[in-house]
Amino acid sequence: MASSSSSWSSNGEEEPHVLAVDDSVVDRKLIEKLLKREDCKVTTAENGLRALEYLGIGDEKGTTPNQELKVNMIITDYCMPGMTGYELLKKIKQSSTMKEIPVVIMSSENVPTRINKCLEEGAEEFMLKPLCQSDVTKLRCHMTKVRNPSNGRFCLGR
Amino acid sequence: MDVNQLQRGWYKYLTTLFKEGILDDQYKQLQQLQDESTPNFVLEVVSLFFDDSQKIIYELERALSQPLVDYKVIDAYVHQLKGSSSSVGAYKVKEVCVKFRESCENQNKEGCTIAMQNLKHEFSRVKHNLQYLFELEQQILSAGGSIPTIML
Repeated sequence: MASSSSSWSSNGEEEPHVLAVDDSVVDRKLIEKLLKREDCKVTTAENGLRALEYLGIGDEKGTTPNQELKVNMIITDYCMPGMTGYELLKKIKQSSTMKEIPVVIMSSENVPTRINKCLEEGAEEFMLKPLCQSDVTKLRCHMTKVRNPSNGRFCLGR
Repeated sequence: MDVNQLQRGWYKYLTTLFKEGILDDQYKQLQQLQDESTPNFVLEVVSLFFDDSQKIIYELERALSQPLVDYKVIDAYVHQLKGSSSSVGAYKVKEVCVKFRESCENQNKEGCTIAMQNLKHEFSRVKHNLQYLFELEQQILSAGGSIPTIML
């Protein structure tokens, strides 16, 4: 059902599509709702591998980058079994097709070395869980399709 | 009982849960996320939490009963439970998880056993409390009323 009153359409923007990655079913449900409150389209993935497969940059032969796929932001948990959020971040930044997509890392633990290495690897933000609505509202500036400095909007950053 | 009485009873009960530290402000976040498009949001998230926690508790008991206890495995499960309890505002459950992780770090079998008992107790408590709260909400709805919105 198309929403004509989305908070993005008044700016002439299409609703952003966010990929949310978290191994916790509770947290996936939460982040999905928080993002939908910001009028985002949401796809969730339960681990890094599934996220990479969705993005078409999985290691398996036969996963080809999906030219039709439009993802405006990826938000991922840090602590996940198998591939951590940091490892997922690295794989995304290594991909020629996906490296421009802003990646946000979430964690329940406030570990400065962890935060720094994620930011150094190119994460836009590092956020502490549990997230609240105002945290997600702050991420809107990262979700815009085209980073156009002449838009008159600017992101205050971290 | 009329709707107002039911709503007051609900509010009083919920306030007690916050006062006793069973729930923390994160629960209010869940309530704020409930709206016309997702009218059962809190119940759905909490139900996921109950199911998920039950599975983890089962695995923890299994892991603790092994002849050779693997503290890394136990810590990983407790970490999961700490995360989900924090996400729904189940404060006391989260607190027990913090202590539990300390015992894991110290490979303290007795500490882990005690933490396990506390965990089951606090989980059971929050589960019964929230189930009662949901029953009160059902009574309000059945009487034609609406659940008051908690202002943060």
